[in-house]
Amino acid sequence: MTHPLRSSSDSLSPVFHSTTPLALDCGAELPHFHIAYQTWGQLNKHRSNAILVCHALTGDQFATGKHPLSQKDGWWHHVVGPDKPIDTNKYFVICSNVLGGCMGTTGPQAPRHDKKDTRPWGSDFPVLTIRDMVRAQKRLIDHLTIDQLFCVIGGSMGGMQVLQWATTYPEHVFAAVAIATSTRHTTQNISFHEIGRQAIMADANWHNGHYYDQSRKPDRGLAVARMVAHITYLSEQALHQKFGRNLQNRHNLSYGFDADFQVESYLRYQGAQFVDRFDANTYLYITRAMDYFDLAGEHGGTLAKAFQKTRTRFYVVSFSSDWLFPTSESRLIVKALNAAAVPVSFTEVTSDKGHDAFLLNEPRFHELLHGFLEGAAHHHPSP
Amino acid sequence: MTRNTRNPLRDDLQIIASLIEKRSRVLDIGCGDGTLLQHLQRHHNVDARGMELSHSGVQSCVRKGLSVIQGDADTDLGDYPRQAFDYAILGQTLQATRQPLNVLKEILRIAHFGIISFPNFAYWRTRLHLLLSGTMPQNPYLPHLWHETPNIHLCSIKDFTQLCRAHDIEIIRALTPHNRTPSNWRDPLAIFMIKQRA
Repeated sequence: MTHPLRSSSDSLSPVFHSTTPLALDCGAELPHFHIAYQTWGQLNKHRSNAILVCHALTGDQFATGKHPLSQKDGWWHHVVGPDKPIDTNKYFVICSNVLGGCMGTTGPQAPRHDKKDTRPWGSDFPVLTIRDMVRAQKRLIDHLTIDQLFCVIGGSMGGMQVLQWATTYPEHVFAAVAIATSTRHTTQNISFHEIGRQAIMADANWHNGHYYDQSRKPDRGLAVARMVAHITYLSEQALHQKFGRNLQNRHNLSYGFDADFQVESYLRYQGAQFVDRFDANTYLYITRAMDYFDLAGEHGGTLAKAFQKTRTRFYVVSFSSDWLFPTSESRLIVKALNAAAVPVSFTEVTSDKGHDAFLLNEPRFHELLHGFLEGAAHHHPSP
Repeated sequence: MTRNTRNPLRDDLQIIASLIEKRSRVLDIGCGDGTLLQHLQRHHNVDARGMELSHSGVQSCVRKGLSVIQGDADTDLGDYPRQAFDYAILGQTLQATRQPLNVLKEILRIAHFGIISFPNFAYWRTRLHLLLSGTMPQNPYLPHLWHETPNIHLCSIKDFTQLCRAHDIEIIRALTPHNRTPSNWRDPLAIFMIKQRA
C-alpha cells in the first residue's frame, strides 16, 4: 500500500481551503489551511439538521461507507447511515479530518506556506490544541453556511472536541453528545501517550520529524506507539477472553522472542496495519493536543465556568469497563454541567469492551444515542 | 428504585404535581420512565431534571427528551450544587435508600422544598396483616415479598414526623393521595412537603 500522506490535491475527499489566517493557541498562525471532509444525507431548507461527527485520535473523515484506502468499513459504520442511530435519511452528517491530521487536512506532512519553501512542515509544524482543531472546524461549518449545528457528537478525542464546541461556540450547538471522554487528560493518559511519542522519536528513521523525503519512515516507532495505545483501548477482560495465554500457531513455547502468544501476534499485526494508514508526526501532534486539553484550565480552574454560557442539551455516555476514560471522568462533566444548570442526561453503558466500546457494535448504546437524538429533535424549535 | 408509572398520573403523583409552582426548577429522584417529569414539563412548564438508577428508565426518559442522569439517591445527589432546584421529589423511594436521613439532608441542600412520598408501615391493614397472619405485610404500596423487596428502611408517618422534628426539618404540607391530612392509622401512603428550618 502507498504511504497515506496526502496533499490537498488528492481527491479522496472534498477539501475546504481557508485563506483567512488561523491564530493558534501556541501563538503561531497558519496563514491558510485545508480541511478534508465527508458528508452524508441532505441539508434541509432551514439548514437545521446538520450533525457534526468528530473523530478520535486515529480516526478520519471516513466515518461510514468504504474507506478509500483500506477498503474497510468506516470507523462508525454501526452508527452513521440510513436507518442507523445517526440516520442519514434524516440528518445531514459532516465529518472532517482534524487539523494536524494526515487524510487531506493540513498537518505536519503539508507543504509550508512560504512559496519559496515547499518542503513539508515536519516537526516545524506548530503544536496544536483541541481548541485549534475546533476553530478550524468552525470555519468549515461557516463555509457550509450552517449557523447552528443540530448536534455535535464524538467519542474519546472526538468527545473533547464536542466539549470544546459547546464551550467555545455555545450558541451554534443545539445538542451535544460526549462519549467516553474527559474534560482533561489524566496523568495516566499523558503517561501512555508519552510512551508512544518516545517510541516514535527513538526510531532512527524519524530524523527529528523530517522524514518525508526519506525512503524509510519511522514505522517501527509508530507501530510500538499503536501497540501500547491499543492495550489501553481494551478492557483486561476483553483481552483475556480474546486471547488468554493461547499460543500462536504452535504447541510449545519457543524459548525465544518470537510472537509465541496470540496476543503478541495480534499486537504486532495492529501495529503493522496502522503504519500503512497513519503518519508518525500526526500521531505526535494529535496526542500532544489531547494531553494539553484542560477545559477547566481554560476557565480559571473551575470547570463549571466553562459551561456558563452554554444552553446546549447534553448527553454524556461512559462505558463500565473503560479504564482509559472511566465513568468517574464522565461524572465530572455531568457535575460541572449541573453546576452551570445545563440540561444534561448521563448513562453508564454496561459493556466489557473497554474504551473501544464506542466504536463497536453495542446495541444498548446505539439505542440510547438514537433515543437522545429523537428526544432532542422533538424539542428543536425549527422543523 | 424504578417507579411504576402509568398514564394518567398515579394518584400520589397528581398530588405531588399539584404542589409544584409553574416555571419552577424540579428534580425528580427515582424518576422511573419520566411520566411525572413529562407531565410537569408539559403542564407546569418547569425546568425538569431527573435521576434514575435503571438503564431502561433512563432510556425512556432520554427518548422523551428529558434530561435524566443515571444515578443513585444515596451517592449521587452530591453532584448538584446548593439550592439548584425549587423542588426535589422523592416518590416512594425513601424507604429503599441506604441512608434515608442523609438523602433527606441532601435533598434540602439542593432544593428549597423536598416532596417525599412513602408507604406508611403503620397503616391499619398492614398492622393487622402482621398481627393476624404473622407474615410480612403486602399491599398495593408494599407489593414485594420480604426476600425480594428493595424497601430496607420502611417507616410510619409518625416515624417520619419524629425524624423531621429531631433534625430541624419543617413540614410545610402533609397529604394523602386523596388530598386529606394523613393519619398514621388510616392511610397507606403519605406525601410530605418539607424544608430546612432556617
